[in-house]
Amino acid sequence: MSLGMVFALTGAVLSTAMAGIGSAWGVGRAGQAAAGVVAEDPDSFARVLLLQLLPGTQGIYGLLVTFITLSRIGILGGTPVTDTHTGLLYLLACLPIAVVGLVSAYHQGMCSVASIGLVAKKPDQFGRAMIFPAMVETYAILALLISILCITNIG
Amino acid sequence: MAIVRMQKLGIAANKKHRKAILETLQGLGAMEIFTDQIDEEDLRVMDTMSQRTQFQKEAEAFDKVLKLLDRYAPKAKTKSLNLTGREIITSEQFRDAETHREEYINDAKAILKGDKQISECEGYIVKDQNTIASLEPWMKLDIPMNLTETKKTEILLGTLPDPITEEMLYAAATRDMESPAVMTQVLSSESGQTCIAALVHKKDAAKVEENLRLIGFAKPAMLVSRTPAEEKSRLERDMAEQKKIIEDTKETIASYGDRREYYKISADYFRTRAEKYRILGTIPQSEHVFFLEGWVTCDMSDRISRLLTEQFGAYVEKEETKETDDEPTVLHNNSFSSNAEGILASYGLPRHGKVDPTFLMSIFYVFFFGMMLSDGGYGIVMAVGCAILIKKFPRMEEGMSKMIHLFFWCGISTAFWGFMYGGFFGDAIDTIAHTFFGVPEDQKVLKALWFEPVNEPMRLLLWCLLFGNIHLLTGLGIKGYQCLKDKDTEAFICDVLSWYLFVVGLILVIIPTDLFAGIAGAKVIFPGWLVVLSRAMAIVGAVIILLFGERGKKNWALRIAMGAYDLYGITSWLSDALSYSRLLALGLATGVIASVINLIASMGGRSVVGVIMFIIVFILGHTLNIAINALGAYVHTNRLQYVEFFGKFYDGGGRAFVPFKQANRYIQVKEEERL
Repeated sequence: MSLGMVFALTGAVLSTAMAGIGSAWGVGRAGQAAAGVVAEDPDSFARVLLLQLLPGTQGIYGLLVTFITLSRIGILGGTPVTDTHTGLLYLLACLPIAVVGLVSAYHQGMCSVASIGLVAKKPDQFGRAMIFPAMVETYAILALLISILCITNIG
Repeated sequence: MAIVRMQKLGIAANKKHRKAILETLQGLGAMEIFTDQIDEEDLRVMDTMSQRTQFQKEAEAFDKVLKLLDRYAPKAKTKSLNLTGREIITSEQFRDAETHREEYINDAKAILKGDKQISECEGYIVKDQNTIASLEPWMKLDIPMNLTETKKTEILLGTLPDPITEEMLYAAATRDMESPAVMTQVLSSESGQTCIAALVHKKDAAKVEENLRLIGFAKPAMLVSRTPAEEKSRLERDMAEQKKIIEDTKETIASYGDRREYYKISADYFRTRAEKYRILGTIPQSEHVFFLEGWVTCDMSDRISRLLTEQFGAYVEKEETKETDDEPTVLHNNSFSSNAEGILASYGLPRHGKVDPTFLMSIFYVFFFGMMLSDGGYGIVMAVGCAILIKKFPRMEEGMSKMIHLFFWCGISTAFWGFMYGGFFGDAIDTIAHTFFGVPEDQKVLKALWFEPVNEPMRLLLWCLLFGNIHLLTGLGIKGYQCLKDKDTEAFICDVLSWYLFVVGLILVIIPTDLFAGIAGAKVIFPGWLVVLSRAMAIVGAVIILLFGERGKKNWALRIAMGAYDLYGITSWLSDALSYSRLLALGLATGVIASVINLIASMGGRSVVGVIMFIIVFILGHTLNIAINALGAYVHTNRLQYVEFFGKFYDGGGRAFVPFKQANRYIQVKEEERL
């Protein structure tokens, strides 16, 4: 009996779990800052909410990769993985979004906290404040891309 | 797609028209007044600080009154001004409010006083509640707490840190005493505080107190002149009274509710006056004449000067624009592109003499937004939602209106890309067909007009890189246009044309290679002349950059070294181009998550419960997905414009045009056209 399925599923699970942990972390941090700003200035709610949500996308990218993986390894469709080799390939393919998602969401959350501070002091700088967290997200997007390209080209 | 030309006007007029001229200009709201200080002995500026502060205070008082009325008389509450726009009132209403302003000021004072009273009463209530809470442990005491002695006895009241029983207390109090005349009582016992009372004959008092001190006896901080129970009921009565006052005051405040409209007018009236006095405080005046300078748009300059000359006999001069002048920026674009002006402004407005990139940016903006959200259903929802808002609130505030118009177009673009990719609420049509109508699983109902990104991600990635390079080259092209406009041919060839040759040449060199064939899945073969041409382009471009990239350097060795470093900048071009892969990633994200939602929704199968479950999950899930992916598309489209596109040519640095106008927040006075 091969461990192929075990490895493939591990990869699928890790991408949602790790990227999700990162996003929860980032969104949580940013949420604390956002609540503080809204306490002082309730009108800024919409703006700081957007900034808070920015680190949330990694979790979604993780979910995306999990879903694509599941639909190819015979759980939500596709052909079941029968050999350890292919299973390990799936595991590796999931790692970029899992690891980069975790770390980038954390740092993006920090950026969001800072940007929320910026918007609190200068509400008209919202357009620029949004860009700083978005810069961090680039690397999550690149990781997502590589994960997808890997998974769709295995087997 | 242009920056509007500005004209500087200088105005001199008789002082008796000062008020009328300022009010006319303020009513027009077309001139930014910025008067250079003229160093002349006879000219003075008025100090208007105190009036200005006074008016500002009045305006703020009315703002506060309106907030209070929203709280206490919430009928006909002020709606979001961003959406509904300011209320239109007639000039009679305005003048009416102006004549009665003293009355409204008194109203405002009364309302603010009422509010102060409410907070005071609330303070008292809290204080009473605290007092009651601290009296609670003493409730068993049936004598006034400040009673310390009777004729023959002394009363000791106080607290002990630890719990104690009646017997132990008596024993402790009468330690080492013979025939003591002592009565003790434990009143209450909580953690950390036990309240006790002792009635002692005067001769024993000192000794008993000393004994009690040994077990931590301390006198209470608060002593009231009634028994605790009496005091408590007094405080409760007081609280009820305060509550009554609060209710009454609230009602009084609410009774002003129907005059809300007048307070709005008054708030804006005073704000506008404060603004007028601010300007008044900057203009130089002699004994009979005052001077004004300011910017107007060129097409307004004739109308304004004619108006002022004919109506007030003012002298108006069109001044030459000097190099050092800080000319404000006004943008003018076609009705589609002007919607993206807000996006540009939040990066920074262009300076005069520079190119206004709004037109090109708006096209790319809508295009890229659509690619990222890329779902037919979501696009239609967005476009219809925006259209409804536009119809329902025709007078919404300008910035908001532009934003919603922009998202309307983004919605259309989203729908377009959605059908190109074959996405309509993800794969909703196929899921419904398969689950509820028994269409076989392998039969596709909604086919993509172009192709499905999930099946061919590499193909779409190449397209994204192509679009990205077009975007980047357009940015570089604007820089070239700017160079040509400034007649800087040298910079055009060395900084723009060289990069065009280099980048386009390199791309053409890469396309026929095996590397590209591996990615694209098909080998492209160019005719021989194109291969030669592409190599020539890349080499010529590279040589120009190497030799002339750093034209300013005299030392040739240094110059070539720096040139080589510039050439290394191709890596940053590569990373810029790869950044456009987010078009693919975000497009995939929308589609795949939408499919997940459909999959979950269809798990109920083909039954009544299944249909109900489908509808609920479908609505909730897709609402969430639209929200989160529209946010992502918005943020990342902005990023592509700000970082990649503007990075090639744009640095903003312009100053927004801030005309001298009525500082109205709530109202808009409908006036007969004056010109």
